Amino acid sequence: MSTKTVNQKAWFMVLPVVLLVAFNAVIPLMTVVNYSLQETFGDNVFFYEGLTWFEQVLHSERFHAALGRQAAFTLIILLIEIPLGVAIALAMPRKGIGVPVCLVLMSLPLLIPWNVVGAMWNIFALPEIGLLGKTLNSLGFDYNYTRQPFDAWATTIAMDVWHWTSLVVLLAYAGLSAIPDDFYQAARIDGASRWSVFRYIQLPKLKRVLTIAILLRFMDSFMIYTEPFVLTGGGPGNTTTFLSIDLVKMALGQFDLGPAAAMSIIYFLVILLVSWVFYTYTMRHED
Amino acid sequence: MAWTWQSAIFFGFIACCLIAMSIWERLSPGGNPRDGVLGLQTTRGDRLFISLLGSAFIHLGWLGIIGQPLWGAVAVSFIYAVLVFNFV
Repeated sequence: MSTKTVNQKAWFMVLPVVLLVAFNAVIPLMTVVNYSLQETFGDNVFFYEGLTWFEQVLHSERFHAALGRQAAFTLIILLIEIPLGVAIALAMPRKGIGVPVCLVLMSLPLLIPWNVVGAMWNIFALPEIGLLGKTLNSLGFDYNYTRQPFDAWATTIAMDVWHWTSLVVLLAYAGLSAIPDDFYQAARIDGASRWSVFRYIQLPKLKRVLTIAILLRFMDSFMIYTEPFVLTGGGPGNTTTFLSIDLVKMALGQFDLGPAAAMSIIYFLVILLVSWVFYTYTMRHED
Repeated sequence: MAWTWQSAIFFGFIACCLIAMSIWERLSPGGNPRDGVLGLQTTRGDRLFISLLGSAFIHLGWLGIIGQPLWGAVAVSFIYAVLVFNFV
């Protein structure tokens, strides 16, 4: 007879989490799949359409453009926020009064609600009265984020970098604080340069936290909605209409629930694939 | 939730996959990680996930490039899943 203890009570312990995930993820996802196959004009009446909406979205220039803008935006902010966050974390003090001061300062942007960030930057960047807009114009730049696509992009990216680099800083700082002093002592004895300490001690030890930081920033920026919506409303034209903004316009503005549901599923699959590939390949040599 | 029988079959298929995987593991334990051709350590569950995710993209690609019907995509997905379970 086997001596292995089989305790099925553990299943009941995870039951609350299973129910929570079912209600906030699985059931809404099932609903979206159902909507993606049907057309509705309201009153809870649906007409089966098969895969029409998926074909429509896959061939839609509008979807391709929004996906391209979204990918470009995410790539740009990751290329800025991750190195900048690590650089700030490296420059932050390790002891003394400076530590809490820096940590509080770094946490402040994260505490501000997304729509408030959008509104703040909207006013801050207004070309006539905003501090940033007026200053740039008085310096001779022809800056107007409501009219010029480049300015709208630059302002949206600056806003995201201002709002979210702190998250990377805090994660990287936590990772750096967890490195034992012995490593630095050994490096000093070996006469390692500042770059060598970063390349061979700090960066490898930051691998896990940076993986989490990149994943969080990727998923968050790929789903960005509120901040650019409040700042530019997706304009000028459609130049800052990212996937979420386009999705909401389609689902709520046009009440095209079927195509919006099909677009949501494709959107979800893209995020799932990129996150899975990135996480799996980054962590494949970890225990 | 506006169910259709087609979407019910879709979710039923995924539920059947999960149940079949559980029965398989119960009858013939062997879901420990192993090294595959992609240089990844995968369990049986991982291979099911890779098969399902890949199949979703095979279907989307087929729909976007060739169009309906999707029986060809189903066949390609099945071959893909067999390859994943054997080599990944």
